[in-house]
Amino acid sequence: MTQVFPARGLARPPRPGEAVIKAFLFSCAAFSILTTAGIVLILGKETFSFFKEVSIVEFLTGSLWQPAIGKFGILPLASATLVTSLIAMAVALPLGLMVAVYLSEYAPWGVRQFLKPALEVLAGIPTVVYGYFALSTVTPLLRGMIGQDRLQVYNMLSAGLVMGILILPLIASMCEDALSAVPRTMREAAYATGATKLEVTTQVVVPAAFSGLAAAFILGLSRAVGETMIVALAAGAGPNLTLNPLKSAETMTGHIVRISGGDLSYDTIDYSSLFAIAATLFVITMILNLISRRIVGKRREVYE
Amino acid sequence: MNGVHAENLGARKARATRWGTAFLVATAISVLFLVILVLSIVSQSFGYVLVTSEVDPASLAREGVALEGQEAPALVETLKEGLTRRHLATLEEAKPLDSRSREELLGLVMTEIVQERPARTWTLAQSVLQRKAIMDFRNSDFPDGRLYFRSWLRASLLTNPQSSSALDSGLRGAAIGSLATILLTLLIAFPLGVAAAIWLEEYAADNAVNRFIQLNIYNLSGVPSIIYGMLGLAVFVRWLEPLTSGVLFGAAEKGAASGRTILSASLTLALLVLPVIIINSQEALRAVPQSLRKAGLALGATKWQTIWHHVLPASADRILTGTVLAISRALGETAPLVVVGASTFLTIDPVSPFSRFTTLPIQIYQWTSRPQGEFKNLAAAAILVLLVLLLTLNATAIILRNRFSARRRTNT
Repeated sequence: MTQVFPARGLARPPRPGEAVIKAFLFSCAAFSILTTAGIVLILGKETFSFFKEVSIVEFLTGSLWQPAIGKFGILPLASATLVTSLIAMAVALPLGLMVAVYLSEYAPWGVRQFLKPALEVLAGIPTVVYGYFALSTVTPLLRGMIGQDRLQVYNMLSAGLVMGILILPLIASMCEDALSAVPRTMREAAYATGATKLEVTTQVVVPAAFSGLAAAFILGLSRAVGETMIVALAAGAGPNLTLNPLKSAETMTGHIVRISGGDLSYDTIDYSSLFAIAATLFVITMILNLISRRIVGKRREVYE
Repeated sequence: MNGVHAENLGARKARATRWGTAFLVATAISVLFLVILVLSIVSQSFGYVLVTSEVDPASLAREGVALEGQEAPALVETLKEGLTRRHLATLEEAKPLDSRSREELLGLVMTEIVQERPARTWTLAQSVLQRKAIMDFRNSDFPDGRLYFRSWLRASLLTNPQSSSALDSGLRGAAIGSLATILLTLLIAFPLGVAAAIWLEEYAADNAVNRFIQLNIYNLSGVPSIIYGMLGLAVFVRWLEPLTSGVLFGAAEKGAASGRTILSASLTLALLVLPVIIINSQEALRAVPQSLRKAGLALGATKWQTIWHHVLPASADRILTGTVLAISRALGETAPLVVVGASTFLTIDPVSPFSRFTTLPIQIYQWTSRPQGEFKNLAAAAILVLLVLLLTLNATAIILRNRFSARRRTNT
């Protein structure tokens, strides 16, 4: 005789707990929006109260930053950020691209296996270590070469150069990814027409990977603009409107760190002025990051 | 074939070789930077030190026994003779002299009576290459000075608290602060980050909300760290002060009743590394083959059961590696913690999340920015400690990953 089982749905038993888990997971993901909102609100609020005291025109065009006498022109800080970032890019851009080309097109497998992790180690060293390196090794070296009286103890040149070394692995690694992503068939087609390795690289691979390379450069620039510890230690402690890299000048990030590291009282204009600088920094890096992502997005559409 | 092409080909090949060499040289230069960086820091961590002292230690010998060989009672006598009564009283109050160990007493004699001060320091490279010039310098400029070879990286660097003298200043408070901050950061950011990654990879439908969250996370990962410091200052230090200072729990520490605590630092760092942990964990989840999920679901497991019992174990190694990398970034962060308000001079150890704090990178920053040369040597030794710690972390990540993948192989 066949045994008759009580009728029972074959559907999964309900597990109401799963809905709770799902809600929890979503709230964790949505938390990131809270972070962004927090940044925007905090920066916005303090910047707003800052602009009640100082006009936005004066802030953006003033050539003197001296909170003690109520002068809040961001140009001296911005110019120092510009100079150090440009020097950094002048080091990191060509070197990073060449390293990437070597790794992706020239390096034998064993060398590549060793060099990629080495670059990652370089990228993992804390920036304060680079700051120490700039101040205690690179600056004395440069002063020996250029002249003690021409190069100040704190100077933008040394800070910029070391910042270039800091960004180099980032750019090299991103560029290498872009170059390796170029389909092999394109290279082989070029070789088949009799091109040399250099011609394949410069006339086929690099143009094909161009958007990826551009994205890497822009991201590197964004890193340079936001970099803090190197400039705080080596570039100087005092706003100075100059484009001369041999002089000392304080960048936007350097100023924030120096002032907030001291005795800073809340609800003063000094306090809110730091947030106005931070807001400027945030907008600049955000624009650069968005451009970089936009370029990468375009490339994906073309190749995949 | 005509000659023009043949010549052309030769020139083209020559140019290709030249540039090939250039690419190689550029790479070599980049590696050279790493080598110079490490060598210069090692070189600054060891070397000759020339110290001068207020009182010659040799004059403190008792009954023919040199200062270093004296027992505790003799050292107490020396202290009583050498210091003012008021000074002695403060020392007694801190800890009775009779109950102090011989080493502590010897340390006291050295700092309070002998008062050694470094007059000048040299790097390892200088100590080796210009040994004679250094000796001559001492003989001509500091005939009374004591010249000795010092490793700034020493046990007392880890065990001593901060001090105003570079010779016996240590990293104790900073090391404890760093470990506590990192641990708390990990506790906050790891569950949040992995949960967010699970949502985005496993549950999220491709709609506007989820795309926005994803884009937002990418953008957050590119925000300069100092901005997070400003956020931490405004939100955790000021706005949530009752919480982060511990007042809310009645756990606030004396003299620390402000939000500039380990908790604030950890919360700030957690926000900073969260996008990195999410992105790394997402990549880890994406690497799990789709067939695994389908097999789980086909056997009647619910979505969460599949994720919990199959997808997560299968991706645990990558998630952990990604997290350790993110945490080692947090360990090296300096700027946001300066903004959040690390203490500039802290001689007592942090004991709770509501203690004032300092960390290894902050200590390095402060020592580096001091004008005296000997603090640069101290900073170099501290950098070595930090780098060793970071290397250990990364090595742990690799070992963890290997162990996990080995276990998975035996399971299947």
